[in-house]
Amino acid sequence: MIANKETIMMLAAQGKRLDTRKLTDYRQPIVIETNISWTAEGSAKVQIGNTTVMAGVKLSIEKPYNDTSDQGGIMINAELLPLSSEEYEPGPPGIKAIELARVIDRGIREAKAIDLHALCITPGEKAWFVIIDIITINDAGNLFDVAGLAAMAALKAARFPVVNEETGSIDYKNRTDKPIPLTKEPISVTVYKVNGALMIDPTVEEENSYEARLTIASDNDGTISAMQKGGKMPLTVEEVGQMIDLALERSSFLREELNHQLKN
Amino acid sequence: MSEILVKERDIVIPGEALAEGLDYLPGDNTYRENNQIYSKVLGLVNISGRVLKITPLAGPYVLKVGDKIIAKVIDIAMSGWRVDTNTAYSAMLNVKDASMRFIKKEEDLSKILAIGDHVVVKIINVTSQNLIDVTMKEPGLHKISGGRIVKINSQKVPRVIGKQGSMISLIKTKTACEITVGQNGLVWITGTPEGEFLAERAIKLVEEKSHLEGLTDKIEKFLGGN
Amino acid sequence: MVYRKRFDGRTDEELRPMEVKANVIPNAAGSASFKIGKTWAIAAVYGPRELYPKFLQDPKKGLLRCHYNMLPFSGSGERMRPGTSRRGQEIAMVMTKALEPVVDLSAFPNAVVDVFVELPQTDAGTRCAAISAASIALAEAGIPMKDMVSAVAVGKVDNKIVADLDYMEEHVDEFNPESKGQPVSDIPIAVIHNTKELTLLQMDGEISKDDLLSALRLGQKAIEQIYQLQKKALKERFVKE
Repeated sequence: MIANKETIMMLAAQGKRLDTRKLTDYRQPIVIETNISWTAEGSAKVQIGNTTVMAGVKLSIEKPYNDTSDQGGIMINAELLPLSSEEYEPGPPGIKAIELARVIDRGIREAKAIDLHALCITPGEKAWFVIIDIITINDAGNLFDVAGLAAMAALKAARFPVVNEETGSIDYKNRTDKPIPLTKEPISVTVYKVNGALMIDPTVEEENSYEARLTIASDNDGTISAMQKGGKMPLTVEEVGQMIDLALERSSFLREELNHQLKN
Repeated sequence: MSEILVKERDIVIPGEALAEGLDYLPGDNTYRENNQIYSKVLGLVNISGRVLKITPLAGPYVLKVGDKIIAKVIDIAMSGWRVDTNTAYSAMLNVKDASMRFIKKEEDLSKILAIGDHVVVKIINVTSQNLIDVTMKEPGLHKISGGRIVKINSQKVPRVIGKQGSMISLIKTKTACEITVGQNGLVWITGTPEGEFLAERAIKLVEEKSHLEGLTDKIEKFLGGN
Repeated sequence: MVYRKRFDGRTDEELRPMEVKANVIPNAAGSASFKIGKTWAIAAVYGPRELYPKFLQDPKKGLLRCHYNMLPFSGSGERMRPGTSRRGQEIAMVMTKALEPVVDLSAFPNAVVDVFVELPQTDAGTRCAAISAASIALAEAGIPMKDMVSAVAVGKVDNKIVADLDYMEEHVDEFNPESKGQPVSDIPIAVIHNTKELTLLQMDGEISKDDLLSALRLGQKAIEQIYQLQKKALKERFVKE
């Protein structure tokens, strides 16, 4: 693994980067494709620069949890595939994959982006459960933002399968045109602090050079639904404020890309 | 009854037939079976007289004595430093091969080279099991500081250097950067951030287009008149 | 009790539509995407690199190690739990055996070349797609290889010997009322291009010896379609301008 940490930090302090991007620019191209897997009820492949992530939505009918008997549920799982980087090994998800899944989960769950009540079929007995699997294809940095976008795109593309009225079982081979009841579209933006400067969309080398990071999931009206601080160094309240301003501005850019590319 | 089945600079894949009959000879990266010569790698056909060779378009670096490589310090032992060579095999940089000056027994080796440091070194020994010794005790061999290291496929290194160093000289001149190309595919570039970026892109372009002829002209055009 | 015309109208030795690409994963030494019908395999090669655990190291040559994994959303029914399954481990093992005869790792003692195959969607023939993808990825990584390996399933569906069975054909008696109770045999094979030798041969179902041999011969012929696309995928990156 090549680091170039010294130069990355020196450049960041001058507002520069190894690849001459602005500190707040996302890499290009940004490509969002949906319905890439016929076996998933919804799926997406999102590429930002050289980072590619897939997300697949599967739906099932389960008994609701006791404390939320009139609601369906969501579950998010992430796998850092050894196919996507020499850094990853086969085996159960490690802490990096678990954190990724949980940060995306909170962004969607806490924003109440999915109307869980609308997923209920029979209170206390049957409800729809939404499972999103996030899969890395090529990790070239900034998995948080790319994975968040992939999860959102897959949710938007998902359609309920047909349910056999007599048996109550799901006919996964046939789909209705009913989408998942989405009330909001939270988008995650992760801001990195590198040698005092704030940076967006790091490459793997840049990710190895940061002091602190903050992932901020926000809605289109600027409501923040989840946050996660990472990194070894602390942040001041002022810095958190600056990071939020930057994240909100960049999330509207990503949201526009998402909606624009899904329309075409 | 012999017949050649490919042309100079054709791209072939593993198992592709190159020639038929015994008048031709299998060279590097080829093999003969049942009266035919086949390619053993993805690469470019090179016909020199009756010998058929393939220049690989990709592939792992095979460590060779005399090669200058860029390596990274991954451990410090009693006798010296263990370095990652960007291959499946790490190498040993012995204390006695690290510096022109005498390193005293009680010296803290991490003050000389720390874990994570990159070095330009030369391979001085390779055993059959790929145990490697390297040296830093010659002009042009040193610890790296500043600039950037980029990775290319080691099979493309000869193209990046060019005939008698023509390609790399061109890139150095046009970008005003110092560039050291390791045979293991790691390249160290140092200059202004803009110059380094331009040099990096030019090197990546050579890597990507190495199968084409007239590459020097293309790179000259890419780097423009500055 | 007859299967007259294939469900999707293909001729007996015709394969499903394919889309084959090399170099799809920048981080990998070599990679490929192999789509056949609605089955999709993505392969990435890493290495030669240091092999752990150490007791697996072979001082005479490098080790080839394949991995096979269906993504949780890639099955046609419910979500599949992620993680290793016995099925996945067995397929990884037969994939390794299918590719080993052509791969030469003698220059890399004690090292490993890892091949990872992931399937985002499946509709029968996954191990064959995985092998065909892996062979491209290994060649693209510049690993010394004697030849390419291509793989496809052949079999007897009711009364018909066909190549590249899809899910409906594997379950013909569910989908064709006239085939009720008739056996289906499914025979995945992998073939070395020049010698036409088999490096993968599995079979389940029922078939006579004569039919089996005809099926294998049909497979050797049909597989040429896969080889041509593997070759094209490897070469198209290097087109002359």
